[in-house]
Amino acid sequence: MARMKFLCDADRCIECQACVTACKNEHEVPWGINRRRVVTINDGLPGERSVSMACMHCTDAPCAAVCPVACFYTTDDGVVLHNKDTCIGCGYCSYACPFGAPQYPQTANFGTRGKMDKCTYCSGGPEPDMSQAEYVKYGANRLAEGKLPLCAEMCSTKALLAGDGDIIADIYRERVVTRGYGSGAWGWRTAYGDTVTV
Amino acid sequence: MLVKRRTREAASTGRLSQMASGMAAKPLDRRSFLRASGLTVGGLAALTTVGAGMTRRVEAAGFTDMSQPIEVKKNMCTHCSVGCSVIAEVQNGVWVGQEPAYGSPINRGTHCAKGASVRELVHGDRRIKYPMKKVGGEWQRISWDQALDEIAEKMGEIRANSGADSVYLLGSAKFSNEGAYLFRKFAAFWGTNNVDHQARICHSTTVAGVANTWGYGAQTNSYNDIRNAKTVIFMGSNAAEAHPVSLQHILEGKETQRANVIVLDPRFTRTAAHATEYVRFRPGTDIAVINGMLYHIFENGWEDTEYIAQRVYGMDQVREVVKDYTPDVVEDITGVDGETLKRVAEQFAKERPSTFIWCMGGTQHTVGTANVRAYNILLLATGNVGGEGNGANIFRGHCNVQGATDFGLDVGNLPCYYGLGAGAWRHWSRVWDVPYEYFVSRFDAVPAKGGRDARTPEQNMEIPGITSTRWFDAVTIDADEIDQQDNIKAMIVFGHGGNTVPRMQDAQRGMNALDLLVVADPHPTTFAALHSRTDNTYLLPICTQFECSGSRTASNRSIQWGEKIVDPIFESDNDYAVIHALSERLGFADEMFKNYEMVQGKFGMEPTPESILREINRGGWSTGYTGQSPERLKAHMANQEHFDLVTLRAKPDAPAEVQGDYYGLPWPCWGTPELRHPGTHILYNTNLHPMEGGGAFRPRFGLERDGETLLAEGSWPQGSEIQDGYPEFTYALLEELGWDGDLTEQERSVIEAIGGDNMGGVSWSIDLSGGIQRVALEHGCVPFGNGKARAIAWNLPDPIPVHREPIYSSRPDLVAAYPTNEDRRQQRMPNIGKSVQQDVVERNVASDFPIILTSGRLVEYEGGGEETRSNPWLAELKQDMFVEINPEDARARGIVDGGWVWVTGPEGGSRARVKALVTERVNRGLAFMPFHFAGWFQGEDQRGNYPAGTDPIVLGESVNVITTYGYDPVTGMHEGKVTLCQIAAA
Repeated sequence: MARMKFLCDADRCIECQACVTACKNEHEVPWGINRRRVVTINDGLPGERSVSMACMHCTDAPCAAVCPVACFYTTDDGVVLHNKDTCIGCGYCSYACPFGAPQYPQTANFGTRGKMDKCTYCSGGPEPDMSQAEYVKYGANRLAEGKLPLCAEMCSTKALLAGDGDIIADIYRERVVTRGYGSGAWGWRTAYGDTVTV
Repeated sequence: MLVKRRTREAASTGRLSQMASGMAAKPLDRRSFLRASGLTVGGLAALTTVGAGMTRRVEAAGFTDMSQPIEVKKNMCTHCSVGCSVIAEVQNGVWVGQEPAYGSPINRGTHCAKGASVRELVHGDRRIKYPMKKVGGEWQRISWDQALDEIAEKMGEIRANSGADSVYLLGSAKFSNEGAYLFRKFAAFWGTNNVDHQARICHSTTVAGVANTWGYGAQTNSYNDIRNAKTVIFMGSNAAEAHPVSLQHILEGKETQRANVIVLDPRFTRTAAHATEYVRFRPGTDIAVINGMLYHIFENGWEDTEYIAQRVYGMDQVREVVKDYTPDVVEDITGVDGETLKRVAEQFAKERPSTFIWCMGGTQHTVGTANVRAYNILLLATGNVGGEGNGANIFRGHCNVQGATDFGLDVGNLPCYYGLGAGAWRHWSRVWDVPYEYFVSRFDAVPAKGGRDARTPEQNMEIPGITSTRWFDAVTIDADEIDQQDNIKAMIVFGHGGNTVPRMQDAQRGMNALDLLVVADPHPTTFAALHSRTDNTYLLPICTQFECSGSRTASNRSIQWGEKIVDPIFESDNDYAVIHALSERLGFADEMFKNYEMVQGKFGMEPTPESILREINRGGWSTGYTGQSPERLKAHMANQEHFDLVTLRAKPDAPAEVQGDYYGLPWPCWGTPELRHPGTHILYNTNLHPMEGGGAFRPRFGLERDGETLLAEGSWPQGSEIQDGYPEFTYALLEELGWDGDLTEQERSVIEAIGGDNMGGVSWSIDLSGGIQRVALEHGCVPFGNGKARAIAWNLPDPIPVHREPIYSSRPDLVAAYPTNEDRRQQRMPNIGKSVQQDVVERNVASDFPIILTSGRLVEYEGGGEETRSNPWLAELKQDMFVEINPEDARARGIVDGGWVWVTGPEGGSRARVKALVTERVNRGLAFMPFHFAGWFQGEDQRGNYPAGTDPIVLGESVNVITTYGYDPVTGMHEGKVTLCQIAAA
């Protein structure tokens, strides 16, 4: 069974924000909610690198582990989704998530934050596939249409890859070999230092 | 905690309108939006359209009902010049989904932030919804008929009192090719050369510099071809933000070729972050940097001597000039050390093919044309023009700025660079089937004044008009100083922002002084909001290119046909219809539109873009705009996937209708469509037969100079029957070669009719039969000839570029040795740059304003920014205008990151209140501001000046409030990249 993954090639990412607006466009995500965002490290300095971040659809997702109402579920494709009808907007998932994926429509001090919203890997929610009810709550269901997430499909430099983990790993490995220098993956140097190449 | 949190909320949303903050936090249905906002219904009136937008979103305008049919339409992104295809899914007349256009060899499905959000443009919450005029300072809704009747009447009054030249026609790089051509034709019928567009302020100096070097003012290669380069230099180009999709080709090329990517820029840009080498230099010193590189190249014998001998005129004199640019001198001027420049020069000269990319960092200067010439000389010296992977890769700005330039939205040209001479007017008169004398009758006679001679109408129609950088000076300047009948009294502005040229205080005065101001645009633009006009001000809602059909020319000269996706929204209408409706009222529509197929449009008759393109095909010989029939262009769009990613050529398995063609038939595409010329992917490429897209440098400056030939020596395109240089083809040359017998009877009779008793003088560029081009090509020859590129352009102020200090120089000690050009008159106006520079030095302005200010683009916004700042998907990403300042400069001034500052400029007490972005992206003594913002003016929020519901979501101060005087002596390009400023915490 394919397991869907995102991979952002930091050697390619130029912080153009196409992934962010493609997501807004595809799902009509309202102002203030960012299912995807681009993070830049060492902004304006040599070594500046950007990486596009969203829900990483973790195996054994920490959000699901802390959710008091068990609204999360993992699809057969390995995509982590949640049920907004069950969600109580408690915000635990946002504390648990290492990537800052969960978003909330309200920021008031008292009362609810509203139903949590996050990247669905363009695969909707528990409602029937491609229904209007699903669209209103979760946005489009591209996986059901046989398409991949629009953020990756529209990435200007093909930095953001989405798809079956095995396939994108092959694409990425090929790039690294072609480049002939180290890895563009963010965190590579932190993990292995400058001494290890490829 | 609570207090702190509330404070933070206020700070983060304070800059936005109430509306946007409502959008940010409130639930999604309108009723609770009303309740939560705590506004009364009356107070909400101004926000109605937004409320409606919210409601629509709840009803899911983006929902695609899979049980219903989906129409798929293909068009191109309307932002930058890369030319990314956009695929739209339409259901019930609503654009419901945007899909990746994987077939396009240009973008292969991808977009940047702007391209990925274009669907919002036809949601258009903030668009102008119906025609409006200002009455007693208030915007009033009016009908199209009333608006056009009144505008035409006022234009007529101004014409009667002040002359045709008093109406300024400012066009747009957002027009389709057909729209741009029609607008230029409209100016000809109206009787003025005061017609211009954004190319003036982006690449006019490029066009002048490049055309004066080797023939045509355009990118020589393509974005795709950069995949072949081994060394890439970016100078004054931040493509990662301005042309993001181009980086797909460049970064992949960098990986596969292991290429050197070198960024020369005063600012460590996002492009620099992906380079193999970054070189910082002082703004405005490009020529010293390039001459410094040439110094090393000649010193070490790295130049391409064979190439220079065969294809370049005057390189020896350049060699003499650059001897003065020793490493010490160059380091003093530019701040770049000799070793660094030597390394860069060596890579560029030896690790070939090398390409040189520049943008507005190079062009927007008082030395813009000279900068471009310097880049060209570097390319010529190293033999890097006319082949795969090399060339001058000039990244144009707007989606159709190349096409609009080609079609003469320019004060000095009729369509396709024919100039303004009698020959040019006669050529287009023949194409338009209107007597030459008619146009003479439409132009003003100019009286003698200011010591200048009078001009007859016939002379006046050959004199370039006033540049768009100076229109406001032409409104307010003493009438004796302006070289036409009277001052500018009316501005007719189609698709052009008002905040993209310097000296906005003066622009504001100009707007206030006009008798008539018409803004025809999807959005109100700064032209509608900056001034304090109370009457005689009109807003016409024009639709975007997604709401009409037509072709557009990408930066690489590929022409793509855009298909209408949805009908024009609200009461907006397309350019063709509005230009036609206005022409009707001005009394020349019948003559002007007689060659077109007219169809019923939204409010009246309009010409089809196909029929306009056919007329272009009948007249655009000089630029090779003749082979691109609507049918061929549409076939290319339908078969995009058959074109090669690197060569752009249709593969052998492509359908017959496109086989062998280059994608988009990049001009020149010689001859008639039936000749099936494939277009020209790489200009001046002698490695190919001219019928396969080969070419040579264009000899357009005579045949010899000082006894030295200007024709190529020992170099010719593959397959040429003339194995040497040759001049442009005329009927006389065909006779001389004995090739005139190859002409068909019909071709010969057309040539005869044009030439009259001077048939021999009919050239390849005015032969309406295309016969001369066809015969030349059959013999393997390029119609325009085979000449040398010019290292010396003797007709320019600096025939060989030399360093000149900016007018507002941060190094007054260098001004005496490197002064700016002498004061002069150009394009009907005085240019007093030298006097201003002297004054700046004498007053020691640099000590009061110690920081150099430069400007540039952001990825989220484009141009003046009204359209993109009105798009919530983009606006959310950049909500504040800012200035980048170095940490040391900030510390010395007590400025904190994110804090408010006042940026003050040296002219007219100008000032701007913006946020500080403290960053080492700029070095000490340099500040950077983006140029996309408007709607705040010197601390004042002008949101109320926009008609209700059309104000962009994000407003901010314009950098061009601070920027200052300075114009290129050739094209009138403004100095947008170097001035001085001071910054203080607010």
